[in-house]
Amino acid sequence: MAKQNKVHEPPFHIVKRPAIARWKALLIRAVAILAALAVSSLVLFVLTKKSPLEAMKLVYEASFGAYNKSSELGFFAQILTGRKFWAMLQELSMLLVIGLAVTPAFKMKYWNLGAQGQVLFGGLCSVAVMFYLNKGYWETHKWLVVVLMLAAAMVGGVVWAVIPAIFKARWNTNESLFTLMMNYIAIQLVSCMINVWVPTGSSVMGVVNQTTQIGWMPTMVFPESWGMSPSAKNYFFNIIIVVLLTVVMYVYLRYSKHGYELSVVGESVNTANYIGINVKKVIIRTLVFSGLLCGVSGFLLVSGTDHSITTGLDRGYGFTAIIVAWLAKFNPLMMVLTSFLIVFLDKGASDIAMNMGFNESVGEIISGIIILFIIGCEFFINYRIVKTHREG
Amino acid sequence: MPAIVTKIIAFLAAAVVQGIPLIYGSTGEIITEKSGHLNLGIPGIMYMGGISGIIGGYLYEHFSPAPIGIVAVLISLVSSLLGSALLALIYSFLTVTLRANQNVTGLSLTIFGVGVGNFFGGSLLKFFGESGSIYLATTSAAYRTTIPFLSKIPVVGTLFFSYGFLAYLAVVIALLASRFLNKTRAGLSLRAVGESPATADAAGVNVTAYKYLATLIGGMIAGLGGLYFVMDATGGGWTNGGFGDKGWLAIAIVIFALWKPKNSIFCSFIFGGLYILCVYIPGLSAPMKEVIKMMPYVVTVAVLIFISIRNKRENLPPASLGVSYFREER
Repeated sequence: MAKQNKVHEPPFHIVKRPAIARWKALLIRAVAILAALAVSSLVLFVLTKKSPLEAMKLVYEASFGAYNKSSELGFFAQILTGRKFWAMLQELSMLLVIGLAVTPAFKMKYWNLGAQGQVLFGGLCSVAVMFYLNKGYWETHKWLVVVLMLAAAMVGGVVWAVIPAIFKARWNTNESLFTLMMNYIAIQLVSCMINVWVPTGSSVMGVVNQTTQIGWMPTMVFPESWGMSPSAKNYFFNIIIVVLLTVVMYVYLRYSKHGYELSVVGESVNTANYIGINVKKVIIRTLVFSGLLCGVSGFLLVSGTDHSITTGLDRGYGFTAIIVAWLAKFNPLMMVLTSFLIVFLDKGASDIAMNMGFNESVGEIISGIIILFIIGCEFFINYRIVKTHREG
Repeated sequence: MPAIVTKIIAFLAAAVVQGIPLIYGSTGEIITEKSGHLNLGIPGIMYMGGISGIIGGYLYEHFSPAPIGIVAVLISLVSSLLGSALLALIYSFLTVTLRANQNVTGLSLTIFGVGVGNFFGGSLLKFFGESGSIYLATTSAAYRTTIPFLSKIPVVGTLFFSYGFLAYLAVVIALLASRFLNKTRAGLSLRAVGESPATADAAGVNVTAYKYLATLIGGMIAGLGGLYFVMDATGGGWTNGGFGDKGWLAIAIVIFALWKPKNSIFCSFIFGGLYILCVYIPGLSAPMKEVIKMMPYVVTVAVLIFISIRNKRENLPPASLGVSYFREER
């Protein structure tokens, strides 16, 4: 006897949501972040035996500094003049600026995984200018060196970004794999040049122009009475530049024709072709812009931060920035929040670990957990689980 | 034997040692990619495979009064497989069930895996109140056991029989994977899932199951690469970041091997050789060494460009690579 072929029907199925109320989406994300924080504090507790409250205090202090009751300064004044706060802002802006750089390409669904290489190559060009133009004429025209460094960094970033873009536009070469490889080529180029410039074979490029400070971004001058920490002075212009770039990127994506075109290409190449958008041109143009910003990031890291170069110039932000941009749904203003979240947690977890005598990789573990939770929660924003109605 | 010959043989043997983790990594990634998932978490999974093996081996050596080699191997092998399977499971749950973006998920997983590796690698001993760095004498000695008499033969012994069992397992797994993909029905279905999940679905293939299994098995294979590296190649120790960028190199090899596990064996040895070539060429200046280290990546880019221009279907990445499948979407 033939067995009746039973149709197996799962009790639930998944339906795509047409749209979701803003508050609902925010609520889902908030729940995800809370869940992630719960898991992370559990992990921290297991690893370091710090109670969640104690851990939270340490995490907070890693970014905002410890509150000193005996100081005459108020609570906010202590934060604003403190070293930790400005160091956090600096890291936040560096992560943010790289995030801004990758955003237009990602919005176009061009998977540029090569921000690391673009930042590094831009930085390398920048350092080269700084290294060679440090005598004679240039000693009296320091500002010109800085301008040339910026220009060199931009050219470098653009070159590194546009090579894969051309191949993508012309032959549809897989851009994520191509840009990934370009990272390592850039890393090796940096090691190579460091060995050219440092003949001792130590493979470490010390601070360039330590005494003359040629090619160094100017530091901010605050009134002495404010008592600002040196980090505030050193990083102030970096931070301001990134703030400006954030606004520029927001306007570019939201209100410019370019921004419109690239989001159409991202949504559907066929539609873009149909309404007469030159897709190849848009791809290359967007990547020029993206590379330009990566170059600027490299410049800020070289001229405004390290005054030197290492293969780790980008601090791993080339990849983290992709996550920052994606979590913020490619909205530059939201990216301020997402990069804050990541820098805040990373600094906090690293501080706890160092404090306990463990190594700082805890930061990566915690950021990993948080990011994976937020990635997972996107599902509940885009889809709905519906109970299957059974007939009969 | 002239010195140059000795040197060349030493180089070739070293190239093999460098190449083995790459075989595991690229074979694992190929299987995953064949299901349409670009797992950029492979570098993290390889770290995880390495550190989980170390943790398993360490716990055994720490708590057992007289550790036995074969038991140590089994325990660390199982814990390594579990560790990498866990990460692969997270990846497949997020990208298959929750349809999350594959690139972002993979990158986060790599951050996480490398973090876990470096954290435990640096801090494991602290949990047990020891200091110094990890060194697993018994476990690594067992992993490094070579075939008794064959490895003593000059030249041939060094070239072919001087490695631990994981080295041979890598080649076997790559060959089996190749056979599986090309000669079996399940392999055909897997490839169909990667090319066009909707078509495979319509033909009655359980797309979700294939994607999960491919990612899990792929991840576990890749994790063995990390295990080989820490137990055999570096002799049972851990240096933070010591595994380096081999995970990314493994992803590069996938392209270079044109998504064929059989090719990945030779590609891995070539890349492994290029990776350490600079050490064996006498009289190289420091900058030149770095240029030579660049070669694997330049070559990969060239291959990538070449295959995209030629646009021959069997050499291209799986058509739906990187795209989540949602049955109800048109």
